[in-house]
Amino acid sequence: MVVIISVAGILIKSWFRPRRGMQTVTLIPGDGIGPEISTAVMKIFEAAKAPIQWEEKNVTAIKGPGGKWIIPPEAKESMDKNKIGLKGPLKTPIAAGHPSMNLLLRKTFDLYANVRPCMSIEGYKTPYTDVDLVTIRENTEGEYSGIEHTIVDGVVQSIKLITEDASRKIAEYAFEYAKNNQRASVTAVHKANIMRMSDGLFLRKCRQVAENYRDIKFTEMYLDTVCLNMVQDPTQFDVLVMPNLYGDILSDLCAGLIGGLGVTPSGNIGANNVAIFESVHGTAPDIAGLDLANPTALLLSAVMMLRHMGMHDYSKKIETACFNTIRDKKVLTGDLGGKSKCSEFTAEICQRVRDMD
Amino acid sequence: MATVKPLPPPAKYGGRHTVTLIPGDGIGPELLNHVRELFRFSCVPVDFEVVNVCSSTEDDINNAITAIRRNGVALKGNIETLHTLPASHKSRNNLLRTSLDLYANVMHCKSLPGVQTRHNNIDIMIIRENTEGEYSSLEHESVTGVVECLKIITRTNSLRIAEYAFKLAREKGRKRVTAVHKANIMKLGDGLFLQCCREVAAGYPDIAFDAMIVDNTTMQLVSKPQQFDVMVMPNLYGNVVSNVCAGLVGGPGLVPGANYGHDYAVFETATRNTGKSIADRNIANPTAMLLASCMMLDHLKLYDYATMIRNAVLTTMNETRVRLNSPRRCSPHTFHN
Repeated sequence: MVVIISVAGILIKSWFRPRRGMQTVTLIPGDGIGPEISTAVMKIFEAAKAPIQWEEKNVTAIKGPGGKWIIPPEAKESMDKNKIGLKGPLKTPIAAGHPSMNLLLRKTFDLYANVRPCMSIEGYKTPYTDVDLVTIRENTEGEYSGIEHTIVDGVVQSIKLITEDASRKIAEYAFEYAKNNQRASVTAVHKANIMRMSDGLFLRKCRQVAENYRDIKFTEMYLDTVCLNMVQDPTQFDVLVMPNLYGDILSDLCAGLIGGLGVTPSGNIGANNVAIFESVHGTAPDIAGLDLANPTALLLSAVMMLRHMGMHDYSKKIETACFNTIRDKKVLTGDLGGKSKCSEFTAEICQRVRDMD
Repeated sequence: MATVKPLPPPAKYGGRHTVTLIPGDGIGPELLNHVRELFRFSCVPVDFEVVNVCSSTEDDINNAITAIRRNGVALKGNIETLHTLPASHKSRNNLLRTSLDLYANVMHCKSLPGVQTRHNNIDIMIIRENTEGEYSSLEHESVTGVVECLKIITRTNSLRIAEYAFKLAREKGRKRVTAVHKANIMKLGDGLFLQCCREVAAGYPDIAFDAMIVDNTTMQLVSKPQQFDVMVMPNLYGNVVSNVCAGLVGGPGLVPGANYGHDYAVFETATRNTGKSIADRNIANPTAMLLASCMMLDHLKLYDYATMIRNAVLTTMNETRVRLNSPRRCSPHTFHN
């Protein structure tokens, strides 16, 4: 019943969303190569004439009332209003005193699901071909709850927290995603043979949610079996849903299969329909400002964003232009094996986008 | 130079050793039958004391543990952990490892000639802490719907496994040890593990030491696995990394594993699969178990037999150009004395 109401709510909201007219998106350029790749993405969107208006915001943490670290109120207001954000890489200075910025954003907007679609890029050869899977990772609890104690000197305990609510939410999201993106199966990844109660609870919730989605195949697999099979034959996997730590490891493993973090998009879905899409690579301070960065990861995340907003035509156009540029290998940045600059790579994609019209 | 492995029990009168054999579930029994057949054919002076462990009762696993204490060495298949049983029923394999304090799980992943894989020239030794970490089996439901699972890291065990890793690296002439961790998130737990590794590394200036975060490690393994030499890590990351490496060199049917404690040693396949879906169909690859039995013979100082069987297995694989996942019967007929 709850599912029917929430699905109906989503349908009603999407019906009333303005189809024509500009949509505002909060843009967080980030640090290091962040500003240049954000500029690249904005240029490409302009060339594609996508109806997106960018609202640039800075999210460097400040001390709020009560002494807690928060993101600046303008940034929070902007995100709450626009609901959609695009973020470049953020650095976490070691002695800054504040927690990781990514963690702060996650907590502020309750970004409970991290979605990483991994698809082999034609033209960027890796030992693995035909990879087409999606990892959906629970992003708020699990092993990353940050609860640790020193019990006695020399004995440390870290607590892994699994709750019924969070497990149900992520399972529901996974099945909804599979349904909306025409995916055939969802696999829950766990280690319930060892962590009987915690992963057992996660698995039970996944099974319960699977009952409501009979047309999507649901399987369960141990984490080690998934790893083993993933490096031998990644084509057997479709959508994978899992708790935090396994998701962290597996999503990076899958990114490695298609070519690394420089070409992998990522999206974080939160409560109240907030969604922040981001590139997951680092700030690369050694090449910042030298026009050498590869904007592919941020661009593909922006494409994911367009799909999330229902703008499938624009997303297809930009994605095709990007993939064709990489496939033709004439204009590639250094990390993809070429010698071109970021601006040249961007210009090439813009040209292809314009040619498509 | 003191060796890092436990001393094997002496042979009995007549020069014969007794080894505990635990068939386990799934493909375990058939693989171990191949081992027994091969040992009989080769006249290896080893007698097996078979102990069956049924998943549901307590007695069986206690019998197995007693038998291993008696004999000092065991060869085992994986024992299935049924989810349908209540959470108080712990994994039998885990119980065995913790009761016997088999603190080091050692796996040597080497590209085998004759096996087609995407990556070549892989030669990684993985040393995984086997008794604590995420596998402490300490869980409780504090409030309905909220479960806490404790991951325990202790200084003693971290120092012990790091010491083991460096000693083994020195013994085998390895150049570098990499610690795998997630200390940026689990600052106290994995932070302690990393600190212990660094302390031990200071005592081995001839061996290079570095550290890598686990998610980056898996990414590097699928793109450039040749960069790794010896890796040491806590329990769960060891599970992930050893399975990734096994997959890289050709699959679960090819890699043997060993669990060493201070007094006992238990040998099995590295990836510990039960293989229920392929059980009793004569298609399971016996290589991993056969190579594990060779490791066991090495441990018992029966080096000639170990070398003979190992060569036979590798030659058979090379000559018949094994395609993985194809039905293959274990045929110990190609023998070179």
